[in-house]
Amino acid sequence: MNKLKHNEIIKAESKNLDFFYADGTQALKNVSLPVYENKITALIGPSGCGKSTFLRSFNRMHDLYPGNRYKGQIILQPDNTNILSEKVDPIEVRMRISMVFQKPNPFPKSIYENVAYGLRVRGETNKRALDEKVEEALKGASLWNEVKDRLQDLAFNLSGGQQQRLCIARALATEPEIMLFDEPTSALDPIATMNIEELMSELKEKLSILIVTHNMQQAARISDYTAYMYLGKLVEYDATNQIFTNPSKKETEDYITGKFG
Amino acid sequence: MIKQKKASNLKDLNVIRKMISNHKKYDFMFAGLGTIVIASLTITLLVLFLDLVIDGYPKFNLDFLSNFPSRRAARAGILSAWVGSSLVLLVTFFVAVPLGVASGIYLEEYAKKNWFSDLIEINVSNLAGVPSIIYGLLALGLFVYSFGLGQSILTAGLTLALLMLPIVIVSTREAIRAIPVHIREAAYAVGATKWQVCHNHVIQYAYGGILTGIIIGMARAIGETAPVITIGALTFIAFLPPSPVGLEPPFINFDWLDAGFSVLPIQMFNWISRPQHAFHINAAATGAIIIILTLLMNGLAIKLRYNIRKKIKW
Repeated sequence: MNKLKHNEIIKAESKNLDFFYADGTQALKNVSLPVYENKITALIGPSGCGKSTFLRSFNRMHDLYPGNRYKGQIILQPDNTNILSEKVDPIEVRMRISMVFQKPNPFPKSIYENVAYGLRVRGETNKRALDEKVEEALKGASLWNEVKDRLQDLAFNLSGGQQQRLCIARALATEPEIMLFDEPTSALDPIATMNIEELMSELKEKLSILIVTHNMQQAARISDYTAYMYLGKLVEYDATNQIFTNPSKKETEDYITGKFG
Repeated sequence: MIKQKKASNLKDLNVIRKMISNHKKYDFMFAGLGTIVIASLTITLLVLFLDLVIDGYPKFNLDFLSNFPSRRAARAGILSAWVGSSLVLLVTFFVAVPLGVASGIYLEEYAKKNWFSDLIEINVSNLAGVPSIIYGLLALGLFVYSFGLGQSILTAGLTLALLMLPIVIVSTREAIRAIPVHIREAAYAVGATKWQVCHNHVIQYAYGGILTGIIIGMARAIGETAPVITIGALTFIAFLPPSPVGLEPPFINFDWLDAGFSVLPIQMFNWISRPQHAFHINAAATGAIIIILTLLMNGLAIKLRYNIRKKIKW
Protein backbone atom coordinates (compact mmCIF):
# COMPACT_ATOMS: atom_id res chain seq x y z
CA MET A 1 0.00 0.00 0.00
CA ASN A 2 2.69 2.43 1.05
CA LYS A 3 4.70 1.52 -1.96
CA LEU A 4 1.85 2.51 -4.26
CA LYS A 5 0.96 5.58 -2.31
CA HIS A 6 4.44 7.06 -2.32
CA ASN A 7 5.63 5.46 -5.50
CA GLU A 8 8.84 4.73 -3.65
CA ILE A 9 10.95 1.75 -2.77
CA ILE A 10 11.21 0.46 0.78
CA LYS A 11 14.84 -0.04 1.75
CA ALA A 12 14.27 -1.34 5.24
CA GLU A 13 11.31 -1.83 7.47
CA SER A 14 10.95 -2.52 11.15
CA LYS A 15 8.07 -4.82 11.98
CA ASN A 16 6.57 -4.96 15.47
CA LEU A 17 9.95 -4.18 16.99
CA ASP A 18 10.28 -4.50 20.76
CA PHE A 19 13.54 -3.90 22.52
CA PHE A 20 14.57 -4.77 26.06
CA TYR A 21 17.70 -3.55 27.81
CA ALA A 22 19.63 -5.96 30.00
CA ASP A 23 17.97 -4.63 33.14
CA GLY A 24 14.58 -5.57 31.72
CA THR A 25 13.31 -2.11 30.77
CA GLN A 26 11.42 -2.12 27.53
CA ALA A 27 12.68 0.75 25.41
CA LEU A 28 10.73 0.03 22.23
CA LYS A 29 7.14 -1.08 22.02
CA ASN A 30 5.84 -2.55 18.81
CA VAL A 31 7.49 -0.09 16.45
CA SER A 32 6.73 -0.59 12.77
CA LEU A 33 8.32 1.90 10.43
CA PRO A 34 9.56 1.92 6.83
CA VAL A 35 12.76 3.54 5.60
CA TYR A 36 12.53 4.55 1.95
CA GLU A 37 15.34 4.37 -0.50
CA ASN A 38 17.04 7.69 -1.30
CA LYS A 39 14.96 9.46 1.31
CA ILE A 40 15.72 10.94 4.68
CA THR A 41 13.61 9.62 7.52
CA ALA A 42 13.77 11.64 10.71
CA LEU A 43 12.98 10.39 14.21
CA ILE A 44 11.83 13.02 16.66
CA GLY A 45 10.57 12.89 20.20
CA PRO A 46 11.52 13.90 23.74
CA SER A 47 14.63 12.52 25.46
CA GLY A 48 14.27 8.90 26.46
CA CYS A 49 11.51 8.16 23.96
CA GLY A 50 13.53 5.37 22.36
CA LYS A 51 14.52 7.02 19.10
CA SER A 52 18.24 6.41 19.61
CA THR A 53 17.51 2.88 20.76
CA PHE A 54 15.54 2.36 17.58
CA LEU A 55 18.33 3.77 15.43
CA ARG A 56 20.97 1.64 17.11
CA SER A 57 18.91 -1.48 16.40
CA PHE A 58 19.58 -0.95 12.69
CA ASN A 59 23.28 -1.72 13.03
CA ARG A 60 22.91 -4.08 15.98
CA MET A 61 24.92 -1.74 18.26
CA HIS A 62 23.00 -3.16 21.19
CA ASP A 63 24.69 -6.51 20.61
CA LEU A 64 27.91 -5.05 22.00
CA TYR A 65 26.42 -5.13 25.47
CA PRO A 66 25.32 -8.43 26.95
CA GLY A 67 21.73 -9.01 27.96
CA ASN A 68 20.03 -6.72 25.46
CA ARG A 69 17.20 -8.36 23.57
CA TYR A 70 15.27 -7.65 20.39
CA LYS A 71 11.85 -8.95 19.52
CA GLY A 72 10.35 -8.40 16.10
CA GLN A 73 12.07 -7.81 12.81
CA ILE A 74 13.94 -5.29 10.74
CA ILE A 75 13.74 -6.43 7.13
CA LEU A 76 16.47 -5.14 4.86
CA GLN A 77 15.73 -5.03 1.12
CA PRO A 78 16.33 -6.05 -1.63
CA ASP A 79 17.40 -9.40 -0.17
CA ASN A 80 14.59 -9.54 2.37
CA THR A 81 16.95 -10.28 5.27
CA ASN A 82 15.81 -9.92 8.86
CA ILE A 83 18.90 -8.18 10.24
CA LEU A 84 17.82 -8.82 13.81
CA SER A 85 17.78 -12.57 13.30
CA GLU A 86 20.25 -14.44 15.46
CA LYS A 87 21.46 -16.18 12.33
CA VAL A 88 22.65 -12.89 10.89
CA ASP A 89 26.06 -11.78 12.06
CA PRO A 90 25.92 -8.22 13.44
CA ILE A 91 29.22 -7.52 11.66
CA GLU A 92 27.56 -8.31 8.33
CA VAL A 93 24.80 -5.83 9.20
CA ARG A 94 27.35 -3.15 10.08
CA MET A 95 29.09 -3.75 6.77
CA ARG A 96 25.89 -2.73 5.00
CA ILE A 97 24.57 -0.05 7.35
CA SER A 98 26.97 2.55 8.71
CA MET A 99 26.54 5.07 11.47
CA VAL A 100 27.50 8.61 12.44
CA PHE A 101 27.38 9.35 16.15
CA GLN A 102 26.23 12.25 18.25
CA LYS A 103 29.66 13.36 19.32
CA PRO A 104 32.33 13.39 16.62
CA ASN A 105 34.38 10.30 17.43
CA PRO A 106 37.37 10.08 15.11
CA PHE A 107 40.02 7.53 16.02
CA PRO A 108 43.21 9.03 17.46
CA LYS A 109 44.89 8.33 14.12
CA SER A 110 45.59 10.31 10.98
CA ILE A 111 42.80 11.77 8.84
CA TYR A 112 43.68 9.27 6.12
CA GLU A 113 43.62 6.27 8.45
CA ASN A 114 40.26 7.30 9.86
CA VAL A 115 38.63 7.19 6.47
CA ALA A 116 40.56 4.14 5.32
CA TYR A 117 39.72 2.09 8.39
CA GLY A 118 36.42 0.70 7.15
CA LEU A 119 38.14 -0.36 3.93
CA ARG A 120 41.02 -1.96 5.78
CA VAL A 121 38.54 -3.91 7.89
CA ARG A 122 37.13 -5.20 4.62
CA GLY A 123 40.55 -6.42 3.62
CA GLU A 124 41.54 -3.68 1.17
CA THR A 125 45.33 -3.42 1.12
CA ASN A 126 45.99 -1.97 -2.31
CA LYS A 127 47.46 1.48 -1.70
CA ARG A 128 46.07 3.00 -4.88
CA ALA A 129 42.56 1.67 -4.30
CA LEU A 130 42.66 2.99 -0.74
CA ASP A 131 43.89 6.40 -1.87
CA GLU A 132 41.12 6.64 -4.43
CA LYS A 133 38.36 5.60 -2.08
CA VAL A 134 39.58 7.85 0.72
CA GLU A 135 39.62 10.80 -1.67
CA GLU A 136 36.17 9.92 -2.94
CA ALA A 137 34.75 9.61 0.56
CA LEU A 138 36.33 12.88 1.70
CA LYS A 139 34.91 14.60 -1.36
CA GLY A 140 31.54 13.03 -0.63
CA ALA A 141 31.71 14.49 2.87
CA SER A 142 32.77 17.93 1.50
CA LEU A 143 35.98 17.77 3.45
CA TRP A 144 38.51 17.06 0.72
CA ASN A 145 39.45 20.66 -0.06
CA GLU A 146 40.13 21.42 3.58
CA VAL A 147 42.30 18.40 4.32
CA LYS A 148 43.86 17.25 1.04
CA ASP A 149 47.24 18.74 1.97
CA ARG A 150 47.36 17.26 5.44
CA LEU A 151 45.94 13.77 5.22
CA GLN A 152 48.60 12.47 7.60
CA ASP A 153 47.68 14.99 10.33
CA LEU A 154 46.01 13.64 13.43
CA ALA A 155 42.23 13.82 13.19
CA PHE A 156 41.76 15.59 16.50
CA ASN A 157 43.52 18.66 15.13
CA LEU A 158 40.40 19.32 13.04
CA SER A 159 37.54 21.50 14.26
CA GLY A 160 34.41 19.86 15.66
CA GLY A 161 32.46 20.31 12.42
CA GLN A 162 35.35 18.97 10.36
CA GLN A 163 35.68 16.01 12.69
CA GLN A 164 32.02 15.19 12.21
CA ARG A 165 32.40 15.40 8.44
CA LEU A 166 35.42 13.13 8.80
CA CYS A 167 33.22 10.65 10.65
CA ILE A 168 30.70 10.93 7.81
CA ALA A 169 33.52 10.26 5.33
CA ARG A 170 34.53 7.23 7.38
CA ALA A 171 30.97 5.92 7.32
CA LEU A 172 30.65 6.75 3.61
CA ALA A 173 33.89 5.17 2.41
CA THR A 174 32.49 1.69 2.72
CA GLU A 175 29.56 2.46 0.41
CA PRO A 176 26.78 1.63 2.86
CA GLU A 177 23.20 1.06 1.81
CA ILE A 178 21.81 2.99 4.75
CA MET A 179 23.47 5.62 6.90
CA LEU A 180 22.30 6.17 10.46
CA PHE A 181 22.78 9.58 12.06
CA ASP A 182 22.37 9.88 15.81
CA GLU A 183 21.87 13.61 16.49
CA PRO A 184 24.89 14.37 14.32
CA THR A 185 24.81 18.14 14.80
CA SER A 186 23.96 18.47 18.47
CA ALA A 187 27.59 19.20 19.38
CA LEU A 188 28.17 21.62 16.50
CA ASP A 189 27.78 25.33 15.88
CA PRO A 190 25.11 26.62 13.43
CA ILE A 191 27.43 26.93 10.44
CA ALA A 192 28.85 23.44 10.86
CA THR A 193 25.28 22.23 11.33
CA MET A 194 24.24 23.84 8.06
CA ASN A 195 27.15 22.19 6.24
CA ILE A 196 26.18 18.79 7.55
CA GLU A 197 22.52 19.28 6.66
CA GLU A 198 23.47 20.20 3.09
CA LEU A 199 25.70 17.19 3.00
CA MET A 200 22.90 14.87 4.06
CA SER A 201 20.66 16.20 1.32
CA GLU A 202 23.40 15.37 -1.20
CA LEU A 203 24.04 11.96 0.31
CA LYS A 204 20.48 10.80 -0.09
CA GLU A 205 20.99 10.65 -3.84
CA LYS A 206 23.21 7.65 -3.18
CA LEU A 207 21.73 5.96 -0.15
CA SER A 208 18.97 5.99 2.45
CA ILE A 209 19.25 8.00 5.64
CA LEU A 210 17.71 7.51 9.05
CA ILE A 211 18.38 10.38 11.43
CA VAL A 212 17.58 11.03 15.07
CA THR A 213 17.32 14.71 15.86
CA HIS A 214 16.33 16.87 18.77
CA ASN A 215 16.07 19.83 16.49
CA MET A 216 12.58 20.04 15.03
CA GLN A 217 13.55 22.66 12.45
CA GLN A 218 16.27 20.33 11.29
CA ALA A 219 13.80 17.50 10.79
CA ALA A 220 11.49 19.86 8.91
CA ARG A 221 14.30 21.21 6.73
CA ILE A 222 15.98 18.04 5.61
CA SER A 223 13.75 15.03 5.99
CA ASP A 224 11.22 13.50 3.63
CA TYR A 225 9.48 11.45 6.30
CA THR A 226 9.19 12.04 10.00
CA ALA A 227 8.31 9.71 12.82
CA TYR A 228 7.29 11.02 16.22
CA MET A 229 8.04 8.67 19.08
CA TYR A 230 7.02 8.85 22.70
CA LEU A 231 7.69 6.43 25.57
CA GLY A 232 9.03 3.77 23.23
CA LYS A 233 6.02 3.86 20.94
CA LEU A 234 5.65 5.23 17.46
CA VAL A 235 2.96 7.88 17.78
CA GLU A 236 2.81 9.13 14.23
CA TYR A 237 4.63 8.59 10.99
CA ASP A 238 4.03 10.51 7.79
CA ALA A 239 5.52 12.67 5.08
CA THR A 240 7.43 15.47 6.79
CA ASN A 241 5.33 18.36 5.48
CA GLN A 242 2.23 16.51 6.57
CA ILE A 243 3.56 16.01 10.10
CA PHE A 244 4.68 19.60 10.46
CA THR A 245 1.66 21.28 8.87
CA ASN A 246 -1.18 18.98 9.60
CA PRO A 247 -0.40 16.22 12.08
CA SER A 248 -3.21 13.76 12.59
CA LYS A 249 -2.59 13.25 16.30
CA LYS A 250 -2.97 15.81 19.02
CA GLU A 251 0.17 14.60 20.84
CA THR A 252 2.32 15.15 17.76
CA GLU A 253 0.96 18.61 17.33
CA ASP A 254 1.63 19.45 20.97
CA TYR A 255 5.20 18.30 20.68
CA ILE A 256 5.87 20.08 17.42
CA THR A 257 4.37 23.34 18.55
CA GLY A 258 6.37 23.20 21.78
CA LYS A 259 3.45 22.75 24.15
CA PHE A 260 5.05 19.57 25.33
CA GLY A 261 8.53 18.08 25.48
CA MET B 1 15.80 54.20 47.20
CA ILE B 2 18.54 53.31 44.76
CA LYS B 3 21.22 54.27 47.24
CA GLN B 4 19.65 52.13 49.88
CA LYS B 5 19.54 49.18 47.54
CA LYS B 6 23.18 49.63 46.65
CA ALA B 7 24.12 49.74 50.28
CA SER B 8 22.25 46.56 51.02
CA ASN B 9 23.89 44.88 48.03
CA LEU B 10 27.25 45.93 49.34
CA LYS B 11 26.48 44.46 52.71
CA ASP B 12 25.48 41.19 51.08
CA LEU B 13 28.71 41.16 49.11
CA ASN B 14 30.75 41.57 52.28
CA VAL B 15 28.93 38.65 53.83
CA ILE B 16 29.59 36.54 50.75
CA ARG B 17 33.26 37.51 50.69
CA LYS B 18 33.64 36.65 54.32
CA MET B 19 31.96 33.31 53.77
CA ILE B 20 34.25 32.54 50.82
CA SER B 21 37.38 33.38 52.77
CA ASN B 22 36.10 31.25 55.62
CA HIS B 23 35.59 28.33 53.28
CA LYS B 24 38.96 28.89 51.70
CA LYS B 25 40.68 28.31 55.02
CA TYR B 26 40.10 24.61 54.47
CA ASP B 27 41.87 24.86 51.12
CA PHE B 28 44.91 26.37 52.79
CA MET B 29 44.80 23.86 55.63
CA PHE B 30 44.63 20.90 53.32
CA ALA B 31 47.30 22.25 51.00
CA GLY B 32 49.55 22.85 53.98
CA LEU B 33 48.99 19.39 55.38
CA GLY B 34 49.64 17.82 51.98
CA THR B 35 52.87 19.76 51.56
CA ILE B 36 54.11 18.65 54.97
CA VAL B 37 53.31 14.99 54.29
CA ILE B 38 54.87 15.01 50.82
CA ALA B 39 57.93 16.91 52.04
CA SER B 40 58.54 14.55 54.95
CA LEU B 41 58.28 11.52 52.65
CA THR B 42 60.51 12.99 49.98
CA ILE B 43 63.08 14.20 52.48
CA THR B 44 63.22 10.79 54.19
CA LEU B 45 63.79 9.09 50.85
CA LEU B 46 66.36 11.67 49.84
CA VAL B 47 68.26 11.33 53.12
CA LEU B 48 68.30 7.55 52.84
CA PHE B 49 69.49 7.75 49.27
CA LEU B 50 72.17 10.35 50.03
CA ASP B 51 73.35 8.31 52.99
CA LEU B 52 73.80 5.29 50.71
CA VAL B 53 75.57 7.39 48.09
CA ILE B 54 77.94 8.97 50.64
CA ASP B 55 78.72 5.62 52.27
CA GLY B 56 79.18 3.84 48.97
CA TYR B 57 80.96 6.66 47.21
CA PRO B 58 84.44 5.04 47.23
CA LYS B 59 83.05 2.11 45.28
CA PHE B 60 81.54 4.05 42.39
CA ASN B 61 84.00 2.94 39.75
CA LEU B 62 84.13 0.47 36.88
CA ASP B 63 86.07 -2.09 38.89
CA PHE B 64 83.10 -2.46 41.23
CA LEU B 65 80.91 -3.36 38.25
CA SER B 66 83.44 -5.66 36.62
CA ASN B 67 84.74 -7.61 39.65
CA PHE B 68 83.32 -10.77 41.11
CA PRO B 69 82.53 -10.83 44.81
CA SER B 70 85.57 -11.58 46.91
CA ARG B 71 86.58 -12.31 50.47
CA ARG B 72 88.52 -9.09 50.41
CA ALA B 73 86.10 -6.19 50.51
CA ALA B 74 88.34 -3.85 48.54
CA ARG B 75 88.42 -6.20 45.54
CA ALA B 76 84.82 -7.31 45.71
CA GLY B 77 82.43 -6.24 42.95
CA ILE B 78 78.92 -6.89 41.74
CA LEU B 79 79.58 -8.36 38.30
CA SER B 80 77.82 -11.65 38.94
CA ALA B 81 74.97 -9.88 40.74
CA TRP B 82 74.09 -7.39 38.03
CA VAL B 83 74.49 -9.96 35.27
CA GLY B 84 72.28 -12.28 37.33
CA SER B 85 69.68 -9.54 37.89
CA SER B 86 69.63 -8.69 34.18
CA LEU B 87 69.18 -12.30 33.08
CA VAL B 88 66.49 -12.97 35.67
CA LEU B 89 64.63 -9.83 34.59
CA LEU B 90 64.93 -10.94 30.98
CA VAL B 91 63.10 -14.17 31.82
CA THR B 92 60.59 -12.25 33.94
CA PHE B 93 59.89 -9.84 31.10
CA PHE B 94 59.32 -12.51 28.47
CA VAL B 95 57.04 -14.51 30.74
CA ALA B 96 55.05 -11.82 32.54
CA VAL B 97 54.47 -9.40 29.67
CA PRO B 98 52.80 -11.67 27.10
CA LEU B 99 50.84 -13.52 29.77
CA GLY B 100 49.83 -10.39 31.66
CA VAL B 101 48.88 -8.28 28.66
CA ALA B 102 46.98 -11.14 27.03
CA SER B 103 45.10 -11.88 30.27
CA GLY B 104 44.25 -8.23 30.72
CA ILE B 105 42.90 -7.96 27.18
CA TYR B 106 40.98 -11.20 27.49
CA LEU B 107 39.41 -10.27 30.81
CA GLU B 108 38.46 -6.82 29.61
CA GLU B 109 37.36 -7.49 26.03
CA TYR B 110 36.40 -11.12 25.66
CA ALA B 111 35.43 -12.67 29.00
CA LYS B 112 31.73 -12.76 29.81
CA LYS B 113 30.93 -10.68 32.85
CA ASN B 114 29.56 -13.01 35.51
CA TRP B 115 30.35 -14.16 39.04
CA PHE B 116 33.32 -16.14 37.77
CA SER B 117 34.97 -13.16 36.10
CA ASP B 118 34.30 -11.15 39.26
CA LEU B 119 36.05 -13.85 41.27
CA ILE B 120 39.04 -13.72 38.95
CA GLU B 121 39.13 -9.95 39.16
CA ILE B 122 39.16 -9.99 42.97
CA ASN B 123 41.86 -12.63 42.96
CA VAL B 124 44.09 -10.78 40.54
CA SER B 125 43.86 -7.57 42.54
CA ASN B 126 44.52 -9.57 45.66
CA LEU B 127 47.59 -11.24 44.20
CA ALA B 128 49.17 -7.82 43.74
CA GLY B 129 49.11 -7.45 47.51
CA VAL B 130 50.35 -10.89 48.52
CA PRO B 131 53.71 -10.70 50.40
CA SER B 132 56.54 -11.66 48.10
CA ILE B 133 57.89 -14.37 50.42
CA ILE B 134 54.73 -16.35 49.71
CA TYR B 135 55.56 -16.32 46.02
CA GLY B 136 58.99 -17.56 47.03
CA LEU B 137 57.51 -20.50 48.92
CA LEU B 138 55.17 -21.30 46.05
CA ALA B 139 58.08 -21.22 43.64
CA LEU B 140 60.20 -23.42 45.89
CA GLY B 141 57.50 -26.07 45.97
CA LEU B 142 56.35 -25.74 42.38
CA PHE B 143 59.30 -24.74 40.20
CA VAL B 144 62.24 -26.07 42.22
CA TYR B 145 60.82 -29.37 43.44
CA SER B 146 57.75 -30.31 41.39
CA PHE B 147 59.04 -29.11 38.01
CA GLY B 148 62.64 -29.84 38.91
CA LEU B 149 63.90 -26.57 37.49
CA GLY B 150 66.51 -26.25 40.24
CA GLN B 151 67.81 -23.10 41.82
CA SER B 152 68.30 -21.53 38.46
CA ILE B 153 67.84 -18.26 36.61
CA LEU B 154 64.75 -19.76 35.02
CA THR B 155 63.18 -20.46 38.41
CA ALA B 156 63.94 -16.96 39.66
CA GLY B 157 62.63 -15.40 36.46
CA LEU B 158 59.40 -17.36 36.68
CA THR B 159 58.99 -16.49 40.36
CA LEU B 160 59.42 -12.78 39.76
CA ALA B 161 57.11 -13.11 36.77
CA LEU B 162 54.39 -14.41 39.10
CA LEU B 163 54.98 -11.39 41.28
CA MET B 164 54.82 -9.00 38.35
CA LEU B 165 51.87 -10.62 36.60
CA PRO B 166 49.07 -9.04 38.67
CA ILE B 167 50.64 -5.60 38.24
CA VAL B 168 50.71 -6.03 34.47
CA ILE B 169 47.18 -7.44 34.34
CA VAL B 170 45.70 -4.69 36.48
CA SER B 171 47.44 -1.89 34.61
CA THR B 172 46.49 -3.41 31.24
CA ARG B 173 42.86 -3.55 32.28
CA GLU B 174 42.87 0.00 33.58
CA ALA B 175 44.52 1.27 30.42
CA ILE B 176 41.87 -0.51 28.34
CA ARG B 177 39.06 0.81 30.48
CA ALA B 178 40.29 4.35 29.95
CA ILE B 179 39.42 4.08 26.24
CA PRO B 180 36.07 5.83 25.80
CA VAL B 181 33.04 3.82 24.70
CA HIS B 182 32.39 6.08 21.72
CA ILE B 183 35.79 5.25 20.16
CA ARG B 184 35.10 1.55 20.58
CA GLU B 185 31.62 1.90 19.09
CA ALA B 186 33.05 3.86 16.16
CA ALA B 187 35.31 0.93 15.35
CA TYR B 188 32.55 -1.66 15.67
CA ALA B 189 30.19 0.50 13.62
CA VAL B 190 32.35 0.26 10.48
CA GLY B 191 32.15 -3.53 10.74
CA ALA B 192 35.26 -4.46 12.70
CA THR B 193 35.45 -7.79 14.50
CA LYS B 194 36.45 -8.02 18.14
CA TRP B 195 40.01 -8.91 17.29
CA GLN B 196 40.27 -6.07 14.78
CA VAL B 197 39.04 -3.67 17.43
CA CYS B 198 41.56 -5.05 19.94
CA HIS B 199 44.43 -5.13 17.50
CA ASN B 200 43.90 -1.82 15.67
CA HIS B 201 42.51 0.25 18.50
CA VAL B 202 42.44 -1.07 22.04
CA ILE B 203 46.05 -2.22 22.21
CA GLN B 204 47.34 0.85 20.41
CA TYR B 205 45.52 3.34 22.59
CA ALA B 206 46.19 1.46 25.81
CA TYR B 207 49.85 1.00 24.90
CA GLY B 208 51.11 3.83 27.11
CA GLY B 209 49.32 2.59 30.20
CA ILE B 210 50.36 -1.01 29.57
CA LEU B 211 53.99 0.01 29.13
CA THR B 212 53.90 1.98 32.36
CA GLY B 213 52.54 -1.04 34.21
CA ILE B 214 55.27 -3.25 32.74
CA ILE B 215 58.06 -0.90 33.74
CA ILE B 216 56.69 -0.39 37.24
CA GLY B 217 56.35 -4.16 37.59
CA MET B 218 59.95 -4.62 36.44
CA ALA B 219 61.12 -1.96 38.88
CA ARG B 220 59.45 -3.90 41.65
CA ALA B 221 60.94 -7.19 40.49
CA ILE B 222 64.49 -5.82 40.39
CA GLY B 223 64.44 -5.03 44.10
CA GLU B 224 62.75 -8.21 45.30
CA THR B 225 64.88 -10.20 47.70
CA ALA B 226 62.75 -12.52 49.79
CA PRO B 227 61.38 -14.81 47.05
CA VAL B 228 64.79 -15.09 45.40
CA ILE B 229 66.39 -16.10 48.69
CA THR B 230 63.61 -18.60 49.32
CA ILE B 231 64.22 -20.41 46.07
CA GLY B 232 67.90 -20.58 46.98
CA ALA B 233 69.82 -18.01 45.00
CA LEU B 234 73.54 -18.10 45.71
CA THR B 235 75.01 -15.45 47.93
CA PHE B 236 78.54 -15.92 46.72
CA ILE B 237 79.21 -16.67 43.11
CA ALA B 238 82.46 -16.13 41.28
CA PHE B 239 81.53 -17.08 37.75
CA LEU B 240 79.08 -15.91 35.11
CA PRO B 241 76.32 -18.00 33.56
CA PRO B 242 76.91 -19.09 29.97
CA SER B 243 76.38 -16.16 27.63
CA PRO B 244 72.92 -16.04 26.02
CA VAL B 245 74.42 -14.81 22.74
CA GLY B 246 77.44 -16.34 21.08
CA LEU B 247 79.65 -15.61 18.13
CA GLU B 248 78.98 -18.94 16.46
CA PRO B 249 75.70 -20.20 15.03
CA PRO B 250 73.00 -20.47 16.25
CA PHE B 251 74.20 -17.34 18.14
CA ILE B 252 71.63 -17.81 20.87
CA ASN B 253 71.72 -20.47 23.54
CA PHE B 254 69.59 -21.15 26.54
CA ASP B 255 72.10 -22.87 28.82
CA TRP B 256 72.13 -19.79 31.04
CA LEU B 257 68.56 -20.53 32.09
CA ASP B 258 69.85 -23.50 34.11
CA ALA B 259 72.75 -21.67 35.72
CA GLY B 260 73.10 -20.70 39.36
CA PHE B 261 73.02 -16.99 39.95
CA SER B 262 72.88 -14.12 42.37
CA VAL B 263 70.99 -10.83 42.11
CA LEU B 264 71.75 -7.30 43.30
CA PRO B 265 69.58 -7.22 46.43
CA ILE B 266 70.97 -10.57 47.58
CA GLN B 267 74.51 -9.40 47.06
CA MET B 268 73.66 -6.39 49.17
CA PHE B 269 72.02 -8.55 51.82
CA ASN B 270 75.08 -10.76 51.93
CA TRP B 271 77.49 -7.88 52.42
CA ILE B 272 75.41 -6.14 55.00
CA SER B 273 75.43 -9.28 57.16
CA ARG B 274 79.25 -9.31 57.28
CA PRO B 275 80.88 -7.83 60.37
CA GLN B 276 83.63 -5.88 58.54
CA HIS B 277 82.83 -2.25 57.83
CA ALA B 278 84.47 -2.38 54.40
CA PHE B 279 81.71 -4.72 53.19
CA HIS B 280 79.08 -2.29 54.41
CA ILE B 281 80.50 0.26 52.00
CA ASN B 282 79.99 -2.25 49.19
CA ALA B 283 76.43 -2.85 50.38
CA ALA B 284 75.70 0.88 50.41
CA ALA B 285 77.05 1.25 46.89
CA THR B 286 74.91 -1.67 45.71
CA GLY B 287 71.86 -0.18 47.40
CA ALA B 288 72.44 3.14 45.70
CA ILE B 289 72.73 1.37 42.34
CA ILE B 290 69.43 -0.48 42.90
CA ILE B 291 67.68 2.76 43.79
CA ILE B 292 69.15 4.53 40.78
CA LEU B 293 67.99 1.69 38.51
CA THR B 294 64.49 1.83 39.99
CA LEU B 295 64.38 5.60 39.63
CA LEU B 296 65.53 5.39 36.04
CA MET B 297 62.89 2.80 35.22
CA ASN B 298 60.10 4.77 36.86
CA GLY B 299 61.32 7.94 35.19
CA LEU B 300 61.24 6.17 31.84
CA ALA B 301 57.70 5.00 32.55
CA ILE B 302 56.55 8.56 33.27
CA LYS B 303 58.31 9.94 30.21
CA LEU B 304 56.85 7.30 27.90
CA ARG B 305 53.38 7.78 29.26
CA TYR B 306 53.66 11.52 28.79
CA ASN B 307 54.88 11.18 25.21
CA ILE B 308 52.12 8.76 24.26
CA ARG B 309 49.39 10.77 25.96
CA LYS B 310 50.35 13.80 23.91
CA LYS B 311 49.50 11.90 20.75
CA ILE B 312 46.14 10.55 21.89
CA LYS B 313 43.14 12.70 22.65
CA TRP B 314 39.52 11.75 22.76
